[in-house]
Amino acid sequence: MGPLKQPPPVRRIVVDDEPTIVQPPKGNGTTEEAKTGAAALLSAPRKREGKRATIKERMTLDELGVAYAGKPAVKAVSLPVRQGEVLGLIGPSGCGKTTLLRSLNRLVDQTPTASRSGTIYLDDQDVDLLDVTELRRQVGMVFQQPNPFPMSVFDNVAYGLRERGSRRPSRAALRPAVEEALERAGLLEEVKDNLMHPALRLSGGQQQRLCIARSLAVGPEVLLLDEPCSALDPRSTSLIEELIMSLREEIAIVIVTHNLQQAYRVADRVAFMYLGDLVEYGDADGVFGAPKAKRTREYVSGGFG
Amino acid sequence: MSTPATTESRAETQRRRIRPPNLPRPRLPRRNRGLLKEEEIVPWSIGDRIGLAAAWFCGLLLCAIAGSIVLYMLVRGLQYLSVGALFEHPVILSTTQSTGTAGGYLDPIEGTLILTTLGTLIALPIGIGTAVWLSEYGRPSWLARAVESGVEIVAGTPTIVLAIFGLLVFTQGAFGFLSFTAEGGAVFGRSFFIAGIMMSLIAIPLIVGATREALQSIPAHVREASYALGKDKISTIRRVLLPASRKGIATGTTLGMGRIAGDTAIVVILLGATPLEPQGDVPILKVLQGTGSTLTSYVYNNSPAGEGNAPQKAYAAAFVLLIIVILMNFFVDLISRKGSDPWAR
Repeated sequence: MGPLKQPPPVRRIVVDDEPTIVQPPKGNGTTEEAKTGAAALLSAPRKREGKRATIKERMTLDELGVAYAGKPAVKAVSLPVRQGEVLGLIGPSGCGKTTLLRSLNRLVDQTPTASRSGTIYLDDQDVDLLDVTELRRQVGMVFQQPNPFPMSVFDNVAYGLRERGSRRPSRAALRPAVEEALERAGLLEEVKDNLMHPALRLSGGQQQRLCIARSLAVGPEVLLLDEPCSALDPRSTSLIEELIMSLREEIAIVIVTHNLQQAYRVADRVAFMYLGDLVEYGDADGVFGAPKAKRTREYVSGGFG
Repeated sequence: MSTPATTESRAETQRRRIRPPNLPRPRLPRRNRGLLKEEEIVPWSIGDRIGLAAAWFCGLLLCAIAGSIVLYMLVRGLQYLSVGALFEHPVILSTTQSTGTAGGYLDPIEGTLILTTLGTLIALPIGIGTAVWLSEYGRPSWLARAVESGVEIVAGTPTIVLAIFGLLVFTQGAFGFLSFTAEGGAVFGRSFFIAGIMMSLIAIPLIVGATREALQSIPAHVREASYALGKDKISTIRRVLLPASRKGIATGTTLGMGRIAGDTAIVVILLGATPLEPQGDVPILKVLQGTGSTLTSYVYNNSPAGEGNAPQKAYAAAFVLLIIVILMNFFVDLISRKGSDPWAR
């Protein structure tokens, strides 16, 4: 029996530190030197090439804090959510990414022990003053696990459109909207012949795109994606990433992901969270290629997480 | 180099192990034979052997009991069963006997079907409503606990107690419209309505249990997906949760139907165990307000223990009842086997 190997030293992680906010460069477009720096570090192919047309601020978080039963999960986070660029939220498990995401459409209200501080603005309107139904129509959400409802593909997409007015719209009246949503989610070609088939028979990747179509049908301004690919195979993941790229011009997209490479592939801006704190927010190239904060540097290079 | 040494030491330990001398070693499954040497197989202890034998015995005994019930009823039932009798009304031979001993058993079959349908129809909305409240609302929690124990108490009450309680309640004058009433206005508290209401109490706990389990097995993110589309709780329950738990509801309902079809006490006390005796003139209502009998009470009355003492009829009717209940159980199986969790990982 040989002697026990010395365990690797445990890294000390800085906990209380000022957030590092990297201001976006003047004008729209990526800085060339940052891009080459990032490419040297991570050689993952990028999907977000091309110039962003218009960047519009859709949501603003101002000192947002969320606590579960008095225990803070998100601490005073201020962030913008912009249309035209994808915001990626990264960080280890339990650091408040999902909680932050769920407070954007007030889904944290569902948790009885949760309390919130700070303000969230949607198009300069306080979301707490909006009707929650209206807010959730404008801020769609897709979950980690594909969760189509146990009904047909058509009814799944039409679900959000129905019961809007006092009269239930007929199937024929809904058809154009349903097909448009499926088209935008890149699913129409695959399902157009069997729209009446049960949605739960689709493959996992198709189910997830159906969930995206279901959200798009309501016509949201912001789309929240909570680890949308972590239950999917690489091919479906790639399809969904393409889809995110094609949607980012028209909708502000926030994606939570555990997968750093994915964040690097799809996100234009990245916010790194750790233990409820916003540690660093900035251009994706900057956060991955030249992180300013020590914790970000260690996380991005695989030091912990 | 180290591999032969370890196998040898393992065989050494095996050999040193204290083992009863003459026990045969357990037989390995065919595909595993040859993997271990004979002396490497450790024989079972006496206790384990007795336990295994007891488990085998109990399982086979239950199979034998079930098989002999079905077989006996099959032989006896087919011996006395005539197809014509299925469609014949019973004939009352004397005024002292409440159930006919001549004729067929069309009335009891009709009675079983009417009573099962009625009891299930009453139990379904109440059971589903209770399950939805318990699973989706359930606040304040003390009230939810009270409702839960209420359901448990109803589930645990013997049906004869339910029957006596029903008689107590429904002989009150206010409930006269539900039941068989005499000329002078006396309320007998016997009718399909009343028996159906008390029968529904048997089915409600089963429906509540199955529905609740189905609702609770729906993952939270499915509910949240509906909320995230701007739906409120009510439409989520109606459009997503209830359709998703359809299979659970069906299972509970079929179980409840089997229990209703098999109950005797409530029939004898609250239905009268008479041939169909409609009350009043309104077409369907008159049957429901009147008294009748089911296969269970028919079997009881015609058995050697009952008044009719016509065992051959009892056997035939019991056979019909058994077939009905077995068919119901078969459907439960079919439904619950199909009902796998749609969102399972």
